[in-house]
Amino acid sequence: MTYEPVIGLEVHVQLNTATKIFCGCPSRFGAPPNGQVCPVCLGLPGVLPVLNRQALASGVKVALALGCRIQPTLKFDRKHYFYPDLPKNFQISQYDLPLAFDGVLEVPETADAPRVTVRIRRVHLEEDAGKLIHERGERTSLVDYNRTGVPLLEIVSEPDLRTPEEAYRYLQVLKQTVEYLEVSDCDMEKGSLRCDANISLKAAGARTLGVKAEIKNLNSFKYVRAALTHEIARQQEVLRAGGRVTQETRLWDDAREATAPMRSKEYAHDYRYFPEPDLVPFSLAQDDVEAIRRTLPELPLQRACRFSTQYGLSAYDAGVLTSEKALADYFEACVRAFGEHQGVREGDRPSPSAEEDRREGTLGAVPGASASERRVRIGGAAKAVANWVQGDVLAQCRARTVAIPALGLPPAHLAQLLGLIERGTVTMRMAKDLLVQMIDTGEAPPSLLQRLGLAQVTDPQVLKAAAVAVIQAHAKAVSDYQRGKGQALKFLVGQLMARTKGQANPELAHEVLQAVLQEQLARQGGPNR
Amino acid sequence: MPDTPLTSLTAHALLDLLHGGDVTPTEAVTASLRRIRALNPMLNAVIAIEEERALARAKALAATPDRSSPLFGLPILMKANICVAGVPTTCASRILQGFRPPYSATVVERLEQAGAIIVGMANMDEFAFGSSCETSCEGPTRNPWDLERIPGGSSGGSAAAVAADMAALAFGSDTGGSIRQPAAMCSVVGLKPTYGRLSRYGLIAFASSLDQIGPITKDVEDTALVMEVVAGLDPRDSTSASVPTPAYRAALHRPVKGLKVGVPKEYFVGGLDPSVDQAMRQALTVFRQLGVTVQEVSLPHTEYAIPTYYIIATAEASSNLARFDGVRYGWRASGTTVPEMVEGTRGEGFGAEAKRRIILGTYVLSHGYYDAYYAKALKVRTLIQRDFHTAFESCQAIVTPTAPTPPFRLGEKLDDPLAMYLSDIFTISVNLAGVPALALPCGFAPGQLPIGMQLIAPPFGEEILFQLGAAFQQETEWHRRKPTAMDR
Repeated sequence: MTYEPVIGLEVHVQLNTATKIFCGCPSRFGAPPNGQVCPVCLGLPGVLPVLNRQALASGVKVALALGCRIQPTLKFDRKHYFYPDLPKNFQISQYDLPLAFDGVLEVPETADAPRVTVRIRRVHLEEDAGKLIHERGERTSLVDYNRTGVPLLEIVSEPDLRTPEEAYRYLQVLKQTVEYLEVSDCDMEKGSLRCDANISLKAAGARTLGVKAEIKNLNSFKYVRAALTHEIARQQEVLRAGGRVTQETRLWDDAREATAPMRSKEYAHDYRYFPEPDLVPFSLAQDDVEAIRRTLPELPLQRACRFSTQYGLSAYDAGVLTSEKALADYFEACVRAFGEHQGVREGDRPSPSAEEDRREGTLGAVPGASASERRVRIGGAAKAVANWVQGDVLAQCRARTVAIPALGLPPAHLAQLLGLIERGTVTMRMAKDLLVQMIDTGEAPPSLLQRLGLAQVTDPQVLKAAAVAVIQAHAKAVSDYQRGKGQALKFLVGQLMARTKGQANPELAHEVLQAVLQEQLARQGGPNR
Repeated sequence: MPDTPLTSLTAHALLDLLHGGDVTPTEAVTASLRRIRALNPMLNAVIAIEEERALARAKALAATPDRSSPLFGLPILMKANICVAGVPTTCASRILQGFRPPYSATVVERLEQAGAIIVGMANMDEFAFGSSCETSCEGPTRNPWDLERIPGGSSGGSAAAVAADMAALAFGSDTGGSIRQPAAMCSVVGLKPTYGRLSRYGLIAFASSLDQIGPITKDVEDTALVMEVVAGLDPRDSTSASVPTPAYRAALHRPVKGLKVGVPKEYFVGGLDPSVDQAMRQALTVFRQLGVTVQEVSLPHTEYAIPTYYIIATAEASSNLARFDGVRYGWRASGTTVPEMVEGTRGEGFGAEAKRRIILGTYVLSHGYYDAYYAKALKVRTLIQRDFHTAFESCQAIVTPTAPTPPFRLGEKLDDPLAMYLSDIFTISVNLAGVPALALPCGFAPGQLPIGMQLIAPPFGEEILFQLGAAFQQETEWHRRKPTAMDR
């Protein structure tokens, strides 16, 4: 019997609001333990929660980006369980009426897997709990309430995923989407993005679902994939042996690469949900929802499509460049700067912004050209930018372990560098070295070139003088050349490069050398080539 | 000036002296503290005397040249469930022993801003669970009119203290009658404001959707005066209402002639003590003589009020009291594991009535029971609200007894929770409906046992209560009588 996995994911996203969800405490990560607490988030007797409107707006933003419907009447509920990291011994959450519901997330196809449409069951707001710290060898545990009350958005998918790889891709796209909305830093290491997985097996083709297990303690997307793979195998084994899967919560143990059941006491809860009486139910005005909708940025999938059509990039390149909003923004800023750079050089007006370009359906960064001409030229420029950004620039980011915005390479500088290459002022080789120094010093290419005396030699007079000197010094090679030995010319070019410390434009050097040799031959009255 | 006259003054009379400079805040506070020290061994009305803090504040006030703040130098008491920064706010529970909140309730901030001086914390039923002030871990408060009788509850300490002139006024909290019932039983004035009229921020919650803080005073004018100070929107309480606070004292002198009051027919049935029945009839006669029309109204869902209340109130209480676990503050039992410590703390820290209500509340919210109990109770609550709404279409206020009997004996109902719960039968519907109600003295049963009347108004109709209450007190002397049991 073959079994088909059925997977649904619950993702918790910490929202990056300046303050906590029900009090005015800052919510940033990494403050000294219990240094970001007040009577309200400590749940001291007598305090009351007040909803942070920004957290609500961020939640609505994500919900709208996921195509959800917004709940007409919003309310909060109390979820009860005793745990020392939960100061009130209940969590303020949303139970029967989540903030939003009925959404969808499209996971794009890859080279070897089709597109997946994942329905979003619900999106709701709640408060985070504190953190227990168990020091090895200590008999007491410590608790840090800094995280208590940090706003969380829980995003629950329908069981629409069929493979661990699909789950992995879903998480990537979800993370990318939330990052694009700039409502969370989505850093799994800091716990600002967390995931639980529900998995069951059903007989292939069957309509009824099997008994599911919930897997917790998944600290990276890779663990999610590994845990699901392990759990599918485990459940299959149970079923094939004629056994039954028990509905339970299991913990992923990364060291053992296996899931194990949580002790039943830890999850056998009756949460006794009931409406939070300290927060009055309310409705979001349609105008407010629409105002939030208008702030939605272009989302990663749409942007990748646009990059393909507008810049003529391959689907792969467009995917890489839109994987992070900051990267995509940087790429477009570079394309724009490069266009402006060229425009300025040609003495034309500056280009319009990318925003206007999108509306016009063409980049229009090279004024004075016809639309199609412009697209071709911009396509070429964009491809050059794409190559540099994906290649050397990202390599520098990796080498320095920084994200693009922190690299210290303004788009204008990269554009100037590309301009220098295009005009032949610097060689590719020089450009690569220059890039490193530009990042190190933050200097713009022209001043850097000047300071280092690194400009490519393109002055024909200088090159000619050098060529004459080379010819005089290497009579043997000259006569070899005149006898038709191609190798000899290459040798002479190399000598010319050496004489100019590698700064001669190679093509120009070639041309000038050839011209000087022709001239000499003509004077000697030799055969005309 | 001798102590007795100063402490026996109403707040407004004492404030006249304080504002005029005839009495200093230190004198007023000292007189109050001296009286507390003298009478508390008999009454046990105050469970934390804040002498040092009070005298320091009095001194600081005296140092300012401006005496015009509305409550300048007025000695007051707070119920022990209203947080005062640095002062033991224990809810008269063992589980909160040693708890001194690092912050003050909004009401406390407003009172202190207005110049009031908190001289101590008043006794109460543990976590406000009770109608007799007997469930306090500090022992019961005794009624100043008869030391063998209960002062009512749960704000029994506040009511007894005001009746005994320990402070010019006190604050209590009212979830099902906890201000009005003890006010009636001690022959003082008690107001349960409209839900949302005052901030609940800093009130240690019993049942969040029913709780309101309110004053207990010597006459209606004092209530109006102090409500002008404490009422109004608080951004820290999402359930507080953004309704402007009227000049309440202006209502005190408005003529009542032509007003209509309703008497609910459902309230004058079996169980009403004959002395209460008689006092109520006399009170209604007073209103008729003032030109008020008295007519019958109906509140048809009255019989469901007590069961509805005990489902909603215990459900919310079980949730609100979950935080008392010994991890962060208050009492902590020993234990080798966290669950052991938490179970020990709650087992030792809560009294019997608190445990009974936590268990009831936990049960009604349990999986599979929610719809049958809590959800249904919310529906009945809506019907009770509608009853009031309908009744107020034909009258401006409703008049009822505050409690069905005069104060009963200590221990009389302590082991009979149902009988105890029935003593709130006339006050509970008001909390379920969220409307305001005023309790005021209207007579005595044989043996100098106080009887109170309750006036109920539509939401944010506190002015009508003050208008009718002040007119009634113009015509009657009940509120001027002083208890003498402590002198015997």
